[in-house]
Amino acid sequence: MDLNLDAPHSMGTTIIGVTYNGGVVLGADSRTSTGMYVANRASDKITQLTDNVYVCRSGSAADSQVVSDYVRYFLHQHTIQLGQPATVKVSANLIRMLAYNNKNMLQTGLIVGGWDKYEGGKIYGIPLGGTVVEQPFAIEGSGSSYLYGFFDLAWKENMTKEEAEQLVVKAVSLAIARDGASGGVVRTVIINSEGVTRNFYPGDKLQLWHEELEPQNSLLDILNAAGPEPMAM
Amino acid sequence: MSSIGTGYDLSVTTFSPDGRVFQIEYAAKAVDNSGTVVGIKCKDGIVMGVEKLIASKMMLPGSNRRIHSVHHHAGMAVAGLAADGRQIVARAKSEARSYESVYGDAVPVKELSERVASYVHLCTLYWWLRPFGCGVILGGYDKDGPQLYMIEPSGISYRYFGAAIGKGKQAAKTEIEKLKLSEMTCKEGVIEVAKIIYKLHDEAKDKAFELEMSWICEESKREHQKVPDDLLEEAKTAAKTALEEMDAD
Repeated sequence: MDLNLDAPHSMGTTIIGVTYNGGVVLGADSRTSTGMYVANRASDKITQLTDNVYVCRSGSAADSQVVSDYVRYFLHQHTIQLGQPATVKVSANLIRMLAYNNKNMLQTGLIVGGWDKYEGGKIYGIPLGGTVVEQPFAIEGSGSSYLYGFFDLAWKENMTKEEAEQLVVKAVSLAIARDGASGGVVRTVIINSEGVTRNFYPGDKLQLWHEELEPQNSLLDILNAAGPEPMAM
Repeated sequence: MSSIGTGYDLSVTTFSPDGRVFQIEYAAKAVDNSGTVVGIKCKDGIVMGVEKLIASKMMLPGSNRRIHSVHHHAGMAVAGLAADGRQIVARAKSEARSYESVYGDAVPVKELSERVASYVHLCTLYWWLRPFGCGVILGGYDKDGPQLYMIEPSGISYRYFGAAIGKGKQAAKTEIEKLKLSEMTCKEGVIEVAKIIYKLHDEAKDKAFELEMSWICEESKREHQKVPDDLLEEAKTAAKTALEEMDAD
């Protein structure tokens, strides 16, 4: 089996951004792969741009890191110039400027989410070509393919903070179950007028979906365990 | 009050022994020679008015505009050398455009005034450039509400509730101070500004003048535009009546 350890680090990824009544919740898995080898199983794909704006990164790990670094720098200068925190809209537009003008060289899809005093909680999706789309919720990354139907069903306007976070954790965990390039733990970041809260959900504590097995410490435990009664209902 | 800066006033890069840069002060004199420009911040927007002194009877009314739109949400009224003013307006328009193309949002008025002030100040730093001979009143309406800034030839820029530059600025400032701006709407403000400009116009020294006014308020959908003709006429009539009442005393 060819592991191809020299392949560029890619974040197969599932990233999600959701607005709720009063702010936004950002969520992501934690798998960074190099070909078929998991280079980092606990990476943090939700990166800070300013005190009130964060970005979820997907696609090429290097490209998304460099883009966030540049935008963090520009936003820092902008905040000093303006004398007040930058808005989510401006942050999204700076990312778009880099993504669009370098579209031939970059391969990264980003979700910008944050809270500012003018517009409240906002989510902006910035997929591969450099479009900016303001959305009530956004999903990106390879794992997002499995979530379109789920969100069509589960998304509601004006959720509470708890409902929104539960939705995000459930969605990332569903994507992890089906997408080989997503895995690890679920990280969430909640941003509202009061500030920023980071949460962590270990992978083995997530709800089990269809055909998923209980996490085991050893293969021997599975082999030696009694099989399920065939006719037990 | 002006002292002769013999020897120290030949270049903008020379300080006088008492710490003044005379060329900048002379530039301010050029502004003082022009027709008065008044700007006020009412509770729902900005009103700006210009006493446009008519040089010749052959000029078409409405030509030689002194108030310019810089962006849909901001406008500038210029006093002093008209050609210098044109440069400043062009620069302000370009700054507003470039901010929007980079940051994706309309330029905040505070940021715009800082950029314009920087530009004006730039021209006071080199011996091969002369300072701008004009002052500018910048009014705009952004996410933080209506704001009024004034930029002088020295490059200073402050935020104001009411500002005036030009010939009658002292008289205008006295009149503005009498107004209760925080309770006034822009519609009322237009009438007040017209009254002020008519009042301080000196019939003896300068003959004819044309009143040019603009506003940015809720009624104009937060866009900078000329005051509508019917309101302008109403303001002019009210101003003339007020003058007559004063003369009648």
